[in-house]
Amino acid sequence: MRAPAWLALAAVLVLAACGEREQVTEFKHGKYQGKPDSQPWANAPLPNEFRGGTWKQNDRTSWEESIKNRQLAQHEHKRIYQ
Amino acid sequence: MARMKFLCDAERCIECNGCVTACKNENEVPWGVNRRRVVTINDGVVGAEKSISVACMHCSDAPCMAVCPVDCFYKTDDGVVLHDKDLCIGCGYCFYACPFGAPQFPQAGAFGLRGKMDKCTFCAGGPEPDRSEAEFRKYGRNRLSEGKLPACAEMCSTKALLGGDGDVIADIYRERVLRRGKGSEVWGWGTAYGPAPRPGAQPPAPQGGKS
Repeated sequence: MRAPAWLALAAVLVLAACGEREQVTEFKHGKYQGKPDSQPWANAPLPNEFRGGTWKQNDRTSWEESIKNRQLAQHEHKRIYQ
Repeated sequence: MARMKFLCDAERCIECNGCVTACKNENEVPWGVNRRRVVTINDGVVGAEKSISVACMHCSDAPCMAVCPVDCFYKTDDGVVLHDKDLCIGCGYCFYACPFGAPQFPQAGAFGLRGKMDKCTFCAGGPEPDRSEAEFRKYGRNRLSEGKLPACAEMCSTKALLGGDGDVIADIYRERVLRRGKGSEVWGWGTAYGPAPRPGAQPPAPQGGKS
């Protein structure tokens, strides 16, 4: 009665080497591990003489409006011929 | 929500390197590191010479972020790809992954020792207090927090290099092309994949033997 149990155990141990494990690493999106950064609109605008944008501090919408106006200044057809 | 991008008009770029100089000066980039450079093809061939200014393109799905083993990259709400130099180990994986050659490595010590990665920040600084000395020393000037655009784009004399929200600068470029009647073939699908096939055209017969 003991022989089949030993045989089964030996078979498990021997056949375990025949199993194949997945060797390809699964790609996972990493998560940023560094320090947090602040938002540009969290800052107060510069004084006028520095020719920066004008927005209300901590107001993202007004900062985006300001930076968009700055972008449109690159459009010489609108800037010059208006 | 803005997605900050650069767009260079090859019909306008005159290879003056003003953008390169502006970047170097504004961010006090060290010797041996070029966050931006001008690439010219067909150099010296009359009528065929084209130049574009290249730096980090702040990819929407940035490969540098995907390969970084220490996860030091992050993307701001405006779509600017930045990194934390305190975490960077200078392994260079991002350099191999980047299709634009944007990541730069200063020769920080003897025997060509590679320093921490440096690249274009879209003049948005990095993860240090805005407008601080530490931020300037590590990442350069934070012009976005001053309500300004990157120095390279604002300095461009012919306005070949446009910087800003992808939708806004694409509209500017589109209107330019419409006004001058050509140009989209210079920097677009036509350049990358050839002209659009004519209806009924046959593919060209293969030429030569083994390549």
